[in-house]
Amino acid sequence: MSLLKSREAILVAAILLLLAGVASRFPGFITPRNLVAVFTDTAPLVILALGQMVVILTRSIDLSVAANLALTGMVCALINVSFPGVPVAVLIALALGLGALMGAINGFFVWKLSIPPIVVTLGTMTIFRGVIFLLTNGSWVNSHQMSMAFKSFPREAILGLPVLGWVAVIVTLGLGLVMSRTTLGRAFFAVGGNPHASVYTGINVGRTQFLAFVISGMLAGLTGYLWVARYAVAYVDIAGGFELDVVAACVIGGVSIAGGVATVAGAVLGALFLGIIKNALPVIDVSPFWQLAISGAAIIIAVTFNSRAGRSKGRVILKSAEHAQ
Amino acid sequence: MSHIESRTANTPRLIPDRLTSPATRILKSWESLLLLVAIGIFVLNSFASPYFLNAWNLSDATFNFTEKAMIAFAMTLLIISGEIDLSVASIIALSSTAMGLVMQAGFGTPAIVAAGLLTGLLCGAFNGILVTRLGLPSIVVTIGTMSLFRGISYIILGDGAFRGYPADFAWFGQGYAFWVITVEMVFFVLLAVVYGVLLHKTNFGRTVYAIGNNATAATFSGVRVERVKLILFLLTGLMSGLASVCLTSRLGSTRPSIASGMELEIVTMVVLGGVNILGGSGSLPGVVIAAFVMGLVTFGLGLLNVPGIVMSIVVGALLIGVIALPRIYRNLRRK
Repeated sequence: MSLLKSREAILVAAILLLLAGVASRFPGFITPRNLVAVFTDTAPLVILALGQMVVILTRSIDLSVAANLALTGMVCALINVSFPGVPVAVLIALALGLGALMGAINGFFVWKLSIPPIVVTLGTMTIFRGVIFLLTNGSWVNSHQMSMAFKSFPREAILGLPVLGWVAVIVTLGLGLVMSRTTLGRAFFAVGGNPHASVYTGINVGRTQFLAFVISGMLAGLTGYLWVARYAVAYVDIAGGFELDVVAACVIGGVSIAGGVATVAGAVLGALFLGIIKNALPVIDVSPFWQLAISGAAIIIAVTFNSRAGRSKGRVILKSAEHAQ
Repeated sequence: MSHIESRTANTPRLIPDRLTSPATRILKSWESLLLLVAIGIFVLNSFASPYFLNAWNLSDATFNFTEKAMIAFAMTLLIISGEIDLSVASIIALSSTAMGLVMQAGFGTPAIVAAGLLTGLLCGAFNGILVTRLGLPSIVVTIGTMSLFRGISYIILGDGAFRGYPADFAWFGQGYAFWVITVEMVFFVLLAVVYGVLLHKTNFGRTVYAIGNNATAATFSGVRVERVKLILFLLTGLMSGLASVCLTSRLGSTRPSIASGMELEIVTMVVLGGVNILGGSGSLPGVVIAAFVMGLVTFGLGLLNVPGIVMSIVVGALLIGVIALPRIYRNLRRK
């Protein structure tokens, strides 16, 4: 436990150091107003990383989150264009439901047919994106076609923070409660930590993984509406490749890809770390072309660090068998 | 990413596979199922379009899969050993960028090709050393290097491109070895044989399976696990370099966005070929047939003027469907 705590402490320190470094050249970056903007910008990554965290915790992976986001967002935009009268609350409920349904499809294949999650979500990732094309024939939904209420909801500021940011805060707190206070949260840890042992304690491993996918899908759907409304545009390739950013945020946040180890705070901090890097680069005059290489390097450094910290301190009898398992 | 198959593992099979006759075993094998799918798609294609059955068309269609398959062969061994490399498409981009730099410096085709292959090899070494020396999970390492390698291409190229490769460089991606047989097709066949022999007929291949099934047991029986895995990463990197040579030559230009998204198609090809994504089992002939299946599907849909994105639905559905069907069948039979 002290290890886990120190990992998050280190992430907080890294984030503060990053902010201090940027601020030393551009003090404007750490004004409260800009920090709120950076947080709002990172909110989608935070929400998706939390969903992904639950999935990775149960020894699975969800590569379809970005495609789920794009499809749900497009459906919301299309409904808004055809029926501008539909209230935003209904659209959000619909986004949650549709996202959860797509998560359930992933979960079903993993639970009932025991197909490895990486294979299932690789397939559904391309299928979901293809469905967007079938729905729209490749055309875009533009800002002027969307209703004012639809576009303004995520940007509405409450106490200085836009709704998009608040959603990230609420999801963080909500999932924090689920993970620490419910039997479901406990089951996620148990299934990831030792699936065989959890079978003996009466936990249905497949069903738990199914629920993890439903949560991840639901959050992806929610983000879909928020994303499309915020940027006021919807098209097939929206958030393309974002699933890897999401996995990267989890990994930076100390979520073990082998399952069983994760914290809500870690996932949020990992997402914030990536988000701050992305927002800081243009400010410190680094060309956007450096962004990919820098986030790639950050992932590798973080995972190297995690594995150093997480290595068990047992006696190694055969040195070469240490990594082999 | 180990997956729990408690539901299937708990039901013992009364008759071991090897006691059934060889004929029924071949008929029931994954490869024959795939071959059936391939033949079915071929027949459907020939009915769907009058332009399909034309030697030049069919030869053109091979470009849909030859480059990806070169990498898929090496990736097959890597996945059987329990690792994965998601950075292959980014290695293509970086190798292509290196070739562009060498070309701009005024060197000829041999130096350009050497630069492409060497860059691939170095990228593979980088992945392999991170995975084997530091004991990191390969899926995470290669998600990182995937951004890193392509990022370096973006840093070098920005939003520009390298053009003006020498005329004889076009041989790799546009040349014909014999009549309609493309140079890439020759590479494909040669590499299929080389990797098939390596995996199924050598001690090295045997250790690859051993590592994928139980790396600890392999270590204790004297297999140098780390070294084998490093070699597999080097091979995958080298194949990505070769694919980059072919692709760059075919397109005649280098852009940093070259081959983006290809890593997932390559993994799809390997998994469709019957290789267990968790390691330990799979065969090279399966992957060869899977390459043809994917090539035929995209070509057939292309003839019907189906847009590319819809093809990806079909490929995704094919991936899940082909893997789900035998399991559904097994579940039904058990009831």
